[in-house]
Amino acid sequence: MIELDDVRVRLGQREVLCGVTARLPERRIGVIGANGSGKSTLARLLNGLVLPTSGTVTVLGDDTRRHAARIRRRVGFLFTDPDAQIVMPTVAEDVAFSLRRHKLPREEVQRRVTDVLDRYGLAGHADHPAHQLSGGQKQLLALCSVLVLEPEILVMDEPTTLLDLRHSRLVADVLRELPQQVVVISHDLALLADFDRLLVMDEGRIVADAPPPAAIGHYRKLMS
Amino acid sequence: MPRLTGGKGFPTGDIARISVFAALIAALGLPGTLNLFGNTVPITLQTFGVMLAGTILGSWRAALAVAVLLVLVAAGLPLLAGGRGGLGVFAGASAGYLIGWLPGAAVTGWIVERGGHHPGIVRLAVACVVGGIGVIYLVGLPVQAAVTGVPLGRTVLLSATLFLPGDLIKAVLAAIVTKGTQRAYPDAVPAVHRERLRASKEG
Amino acid sequence: MNGLTGAYVPGGSPLHRLPAGAKLAGLAACCTVLVLLRAPVSMAVAALVVGVLFAVSGVGVAAAWAQVRPVRWFAVALFAMQVVFADLPSAITSVSRVVLAVALAGLVTLTTRTEAMMAFLERCLSPARWVGLDPFRLSLLLSLTIRSVPVMADLATRVREAQRARGVEWSVRAFAVPLVVSALRHADALGEALSARGLDD
Repeated sequence: MIELDDVRVRLGQREVLCGVTARLPERRIGVIGANGSGKSTLARLLNGLVLPTSGTVTVLGDDTRRHAARIRRRVGFLFTDPDAQIVMPTVAEDVAFSLRRHKLPREEVQRRVTDVLDRYGLAGHADHPAHQLSGGQKQLLALCSVLVLEPEILVMDEPTTLLDLRHSRLVADVLRELPQQVVVISHDLALLADFDRLLVMDEGRIVADAPPPAAIGHYRKLMS
Repeated sequence: MPRLTGGKGFPTGDIARISVFAALIAALGLPGTLNLFGNTVPITLQTFGVMLAGTILGSWRAALAVAVLLVLVAAGLPLLAGGRGGLGVFAGASAGYLIGWLPGAAVTGWIVERGGHHPGIVRLAVACVVGGIGVIYLVGLPVQAAVTGVPLGRTVLLSATLFLPGDLIKAVLAAIVTKGTQRAYPDAVPAVHRERLRASKEG
Repeated sequence: MNGLTGAYVPGGSPLHRLPAGAKLAGLAACCTVLVLLRAPVSMAVAALVVGVLFAVSGVGVAAAWAQVRPVRWFAVALFAMQVVFADLPSAITSVSRVVLAVALAGLVTLTTRTEAMMAFLERCLSPARWVGLDPFRLSLLLSLTIRSVPVMADLATRVREAQRARGVEWSVRAFAVPLVVSALRHADALGEALSARGLDD
C-alpha cells in the first residue's frame, strides 16, 4: 500500500511536484505523462530516493522521511538504463551484491543467485562479464538483482525505453507474472494496457486517474 | 534529483564518480578512443583524463580515482594506453610519471577548488599546467633519470623538448573542456557539488 | 573490448604458490639490488638469475616476451643515448637494469592471479579508512571501476560517432565535452542506483 498526502517536491527553484495526493492499493499501477511532468520524481519518492519538500509519503505503513533505509529494503527499484544499475563486473557477482547484507552462507547466496538467473533465462551467463550481455539481457540482469531480494513493491522507471520489441515483451511478461505490487512509469502504452489503474501526470500534478482505456484516452488528448 | 549522501560519512555518489572517472582515464587510453588531429599525432590522452579528474572531481576524489586506476593496473589489468598493465609499468622509466598522477590530480583539484563556484578559464589552465604537468614532471623526471642513469639535467632537457609541447596543449584543452562541461553541467564544479551534497544532507 | 583479464598464466610452480605480498616484497628487494649493481658482469649474473626464475615459473617464452616487449624501443633508444653520452659498459648496465626490472615485475604479474593481487593491494589501501572509506566501499570502488571501463569505452565510441556524423571530427572540444558530461550523468545515475540498492543504509 502506497499513500501520498499533498506531496510537494521542490528541486532548486523549480517545483517538480505540486500537491500530489493518492492512495494506491491496486496491484499494478502505471504512471504516464509528458517528459518533465514529474513522473520520475514520483517514482523516486516511493523508495525514499527523493524526499518530499512538504507532505508525506507512506509506503507499507512507513513514512519515507523517517524510515528510508527500511523502505529501500522492501521496495525494489528498476531504472531505465541497466548500465547505470549493474555495479559488478560479472552477472552472478551483481546479483550476489544485492544479497551482501543478508549474511547468508556462501552456498545459500549461490543457490539464490542461480535460482533467479535460471528463472529469467540468464543461467548460462552467470560468469560472463555484464557488458557482454545485450541491452535486453542487461535489463533482465538488473531485474534479477532487484527480485533476488524479494521486494514487496517494485517500482520501475521506464523499464522498456531502451529495449527492442522482443525484450520489451519479455519484460511485460515478467511483469504480468510478478506477485508483488508494481508501479511502472512508462511511455510504452502497450505495456500498461492491462494494468489495474493508470495515473496521468502533467506539470507536477495528477490530471487523470482511471483504468487504462479512459486514462490513455485522456493522455492522448493531453498530448495533441 | 538523487540524494547522494550516505549515513557513513562517505557519500555514495562519490564512489560512483570516482569509479567512473578512473574508468574514463582508462578508456581514454584505449586504441581508437581518440586520436588527436585525425590520426596524425598519436598522443595518449590519459594525462588529459588525469587533469579532467582533477578539475571536475576536486582534490582528494581525483587522487582516489587515480589510485584506484593504478591499483587495478598493478593487479595486472591492461588499463594504460596501449593495453599496458601489470607491475612492469612501475619498474620502467615512466613509473615516476604514473605515481606523479596521484599528487598531480590532487594539486589540480586543489587549485580549482580555491576558485569557488565559478573557477575561471585562467585558473583552470593554471591548475592543469601546475598539477597536470608541473607536479607530474616533478615526480617523473627524477625517477626517469634514476632508472635510465641519464643525468637529471639532460633528462629534463629531453622531456622538455619531446613532451612539454604536447602536454601544454593537453592542459589548455583540459581547461577549455572543463569550462564547457561546467557550463553544461553545473554540478561539475567541485565547490557546487560539495554544496549540493551538504544541502541534501541537511534536507 | 573483450573481458578485462590480467596476464596471469595458470601454473603450479613455487612462484605461483607464493603469496602476492611475499612476491611484491621480493620484487622490491630485487629492484633495489638492480639499482645498486654497477658492473656489466654483475648484470650478467642478475640476468641469469631472472632467466632461472622464469624457467622455474614455466610461464613460457611468449608470455615472458609479452611483458618485456613494451620497453623494447625504449631500451634501444636508451642504449644508443648511453653509448653516445657515456660509454659502452654503462649503456649495458642501464639497459639491462630497466629490462630486468620490467621482466621481474612481469614475472610477478604472470604468476599471480588478478584477484589475489587485488586483494593484497586492497589491504594496502586500507588507510583510506581515514576518509571514511571502509574495506567494503573500497572493494566496491575497484569492482565498480572494472565494470565501468567498458561502459566508458562504449560511451567514447558513441560520442565519437555522433561527432563524425556532425562533421566536427577534428574538434577535441566537440568530443570531450559531451563525453565528460555523459560520464558525469552516468556517474550520478550510478550513484542513485547504488542508493536504491541500499548502499546508504
